[in-house]
This record gives sequence, structure tokens and C-alpha cells, in this order.
Amino acid sequence: MLRYLVERLIWLVPTLLAMALITFIVMHATPGSPLDPQAPNANPLSPELQKNLAEKYGLDKPLPVQFGTFLWNALHFDFGFSYQFKSRTVSEIIANTFPVSLALGSMAFLFAVVGGVTLGVLAAMNQNSWIDYLCVFVATLGVSLPNFVIGILFLLLFSITLQWFPAVGWDTPRHWVLPTITLGLGQLAIIARYTRSSILDIIRSDYVRTARAKGLSNSAVMMRHILKNGLIPVVTILGPIFAAIGTGSFFVEQVYSIPGMGKFFVTSMSSRDYNMIMGVILLYGVFLGIMNLIVDLLYGWLDPRIRFD
Amino acid sequence: MTSAASAKSTKSTAVSAAAGLKMRKETNLWIDAWQRLIRNKLAVLGAIVVLFFLFLAIFANVIAPYPYDLTNFADAYQSPNATYWFGTSPLGQDMFSRLIYGARISMLVGVGAQVIVFFIGVPLGAVAGYYGGKVDLYLMRFVDVMYAFPTLLFVILIMSALGTGLTNIFIAIGLTGWVTICRLTRGQFLSLREKEFVTAARAVGAPSRRIIMAHLLPNALTPIIIAITFGVPNAIFTEAALSFIGVGISPPVPSWGQMVGEYQQYLRSYWYLATFPAIAIGLTMLAFSFLGDGLRDALDPQMKR
Repeated sequence: MLRYLVERLIWLVPTLLAMALITFIVMHATPGSPLDPQAPNANPLSPELQKNLAEKYGLDKPLPVQFGTFLWNALHFDFGFSYQFKSRTVSEIIANTFPVSLALGSMAFLFAVVGGVTLGVLAAMNQNSWIDYLCVFVATLGVSLPNFVIGILFLLLFSITLQWFPAVGWDTPRHWVLPTITLGLGQLAIIARYTRSSILDIIRSDYVRTARAKGLSNSAVMMRHILKNGLIPVVTILGPIFAAIGTGSFFVEQVYSIPGMGKFFVTSMSSRDYNMIMGVILLYGVFLGIMNLIVDLLYGWLDPRIRFD
Repeated sequence: MTSAASAKSTKSTAVSAAAGLKMRKETNLWIDAWQRLIRNKLAVLGAIVVLFFLFLAIFANVIAPYPYDLTNFADAYQSPNATYWFGTSPLGQDMFSRLIYGARISMLVGVGAQVIVFFIGVPLGAVAGYYGGKVDLYLMRFVDVMYAFPTLLFVILIMSALGTGLTNIFIAIGLTGWVTICRLTRGQFLSLREKEFVTAARAVGAPSRRIIMAHLLPNALTPIIIAITFGVPNAIFTEAALSFIGVGISPPVPSWGQMVGEYQQYLRSYWYLATFPAIAIGLTMLAFSFLGDGLRDALDPQMKR
């Protein structure tokens, strides 16, 4: 168990290295540099100035040296200055914006898991009833509609027409409602679909029939046999769900003008803010890696048949 | 042709049933699948919507009343009316025409990207699965690394490196999308190459190329087709998402996602600007998932939902 944990944590290192290297290569393989970004509001600089700045930021050094420097600094959690917001370091920006994204993501995740499992279980228990059709309907909508489309339609319906919720911002809990639902709905749909089919499998299994046959009460069969076993496979899809909520956040933050990390990431791309891009991608990598590890550990804890060695 | 064949076989089934015989007309996978597909109402509905958008896409230049980039500032910000069915943009462009041309972009990306994905993913997966060994090992390690990257993140990265534009979208989706198909094809080939009919083909001296093309590929095709069908809406989504955050298609070329992103700021005063493209994206995605689900059930009835 401990060995497995350590092994997995060690495996995270080459994965992150590969991610950093791929990102680095893609960024540098194409024309343009952070000093002459193609962003619409960029300052055109004279070649002299560019040369001086390149020297200052170490952009004139050979690429392998730059990559090495980056890695060394990243080990000390120093990702350098942001090229687009010259006075702020990448770490500062991330420290300011990541908590917002994390809060939004966590709420969306909770909403998706609680809502998805509830809907899926109810649908499976009442197969072919209206609640089952509702589940299938929500699942289809949620899986097929992109979150920014859902976001636009929600804005139009709930904040502009009905005026139930504010349209933009992140100040009060009332602001959190629509973004959370928008970001979580697609994942809720996937979880509901998965839960439904997993529970349906279990309901038809022999040991559930045995449990009923020996006269166990409905609730006991449900809690002890069906739910416990039916929810285990659901845990396996939590990893991809984290990833989807992470990237989905870019779009939802844009729709509702939320001051999270996603917006900075998107602008850093077009202005070739190398430091910011590398910082954000690595942060995502670490975050996803750890989340996947937690999911796997959880899975093993829930299902004793899983061995870690 | 297929529909004629299926109509004929339904008729003959009816006749033989009337005669009290449980005989079935000779059939094959495709006729069978077609019959299962047209019995699925949602799938048929999806197919109709998809065909409708395809029709708009192909004949956009005939159907659209105005060129998509024609600006007419005198008519800017008009609500939907008799002349401009879906209103006009802040530049006075006819939104109806832009929506129709938007269908062209979406369909082009959806279908075009999957063609690229198919021609990269299937050959690589076939080689890895058939020959195995070192090639397989290295290829799959690479595929694993690609999997560790959230796809959308990688696509955004490539797009911002390459710049906006349709060709670059093809490249970005092609570079990321082949991984799934490659893995799938490899898995199929791995299990199929151990089957008796392959051993038999090898025993009679069929060359590898023939075994791959004539024996393995046709048998591996069904799951690949299903995956490709689901890949189409995925590609459409990716283009819309990229254009929404401004790294996909640039104006004046009309892309639904780009329109949603650009006109979102006008939602309060001119709701129709962002809403209609958003609905168009939603409808297309829904239609493709209905069709995809139907195709999967039709082609592979044993597969569990």
C-alpha cells in the first residue's frame, strides 16, 4: 500500500516532465515570442529594446538551457514574472485566481456527484417510470450540450428574463449558483448515466435476489447490497470528471465573468506569456495527478478485491 | 439502394410470416443495422436534423439571402424581422446568412477532422496491434502521455501556437483526436489476430498486407465507425469552444462558437445575437448524439448501454 503510494507519486514526476517538455516545445516551435505578441493590445517594441529584454529574461539563451532554468526554478515554486502583467509574478497571479477556480470547481464537483448519484439511483430503482425518463433526458442534454451553450441559455432565462440570479461576478453566494450548475451539469449527466446502468446491473444480480429471498427488508437490501456495490464503478470515472471540470472552468468563467485562473490562462496563450502558460499547465498536471491518485486509493479502499501490488 | 433492399426484405418477412413460415430473407450486417436504426425514433429524428444542417452547409451560398461578410451599418442591431429573419449583427450583417454559413464551418470541421483522425489513427493502431513488439511499446507509451494531457488544454495550446483558422483547427483536432482511434484499432487488431480465420489466412500464404486489409480491418470496422460517429460532434464542439474563447475561427468567417463568444456581451439588449448560434450548436450536438446512440445500438446490439 505505502509502496504503491510512493511509486505512484514518483511516476508523477516523468508525467509532469513530459507535459512540461511538450508544452515548451509547442510554444517555442512556432514563430513569435512574448516580447512581440500578436495580441491586439500589445506594444510594438524596437528590435534594440527587444534584444535587451530578451537578455533580461534569458530568452536569448539556447532552448535546452532555458528549459533547464525553468525546471530548476519550478522546483522552488518560482515560475517567474508574467510577461503580460509585468509587475506580477506568475505565482502571485495563480495565488489570487486559483482559489476562485478551485471553489467553483469544488462546488460543481459536489453538485455533479450528489445530483448525479441521486438521479441515477432513483432512475434505476424506478426503471421506465417518469423519473427514469427524466434521468435519461437530463443525461442526454447534459452530455451533448457544451457548457458555454448551457451558460448562455441560463443567463438568458434565469438572470435576464426571470432575474432570479445576477449575471456576472463572484461576490455573493447568489453569484455562485448559475456557474456551479453550468459547470457541473455535464458531469452530473455522465455520473447519472453511469450510476443508473451500474445499479441496474446489481439489481438483477443473484446475490440481491438471495438477499430479498431470505426476507431482508427493502432498505437493508438497498443500503447494504445495492448501493455499496453499485457505486464502486462510479468512483472510477471521477478522475476524468476532475479533468473535465478543470478545463470546463475556462469557458464558464468566461461566460459569467468570474475572476478565476481560466481567463488568465486563455489570455496568456495568445500573448505567449511563456511563464504563465507553463505555470498553469504544470499546476493542472499536479492537480489532476493527485486527484487521480486519490480516486485510485479510494477505489481500492471501497473494493477490497483491488490489490495495489 | 440500401433502403430499397430493406423495404423488400420487410415485405418478404411479412409474406413468409403470413404463410406461417419463420424464414428470414438473406441479410447482412448493414441491412440488419439499417433496419434496427430506422426503428429507433430518436435516431431517425437525429438523422433528419443532421441531414438538415448538412443540406444548409452544402447549399449555404444558394440558401443564404446575403453574403456572410456583407456589412450594412444602416441596418445594424435590428431585431428579427421580415427582412432579417434572425436580426442583424452590430456590423449590420444578416444573422440568418451567418448562421447558415456557420453550419458549413461546423459540418466541415466535424466531418473533415474525423477523416484526418481516421487516416492517422487506424493505420498506426493497425501496425501497433498487428506487429506488436517495440513499435507497439513505443507508440503506446506515447499514447499514454497524450492521454495524461487534458485534450482541450492541448488543443488550445496548439491553436494559440499556430494561430486561428480552419486549417489549423484541422491540424489541432487531428493531432489530438487520433489517439482514441489508434488505441481502439490496436485493441481490435490485438484480439482479432489470434482468431482462427487469421491463422487460416496465414496458413494459405496470404501476405500481411492482405491479412490486414481483407481480414482484420473489415472485422474491426464496427467499433471504429461508432467511435468516429461520436468523434464528429466532439470535433464540432471543439471548434465551437475554441472559437468561443477566441482561438478558433476569426471573423468575418462565421462560426457558431465565435458568434456566441463575441455577442455574449450584448445578451441583455440584443438577446437574439448570441442565443440563435448557441441553439444551433445545441441542436447539432443533440442530433449527433441521438444518431450516434442509435448507430451504436444498431451496429452492435450486444453492446451494453
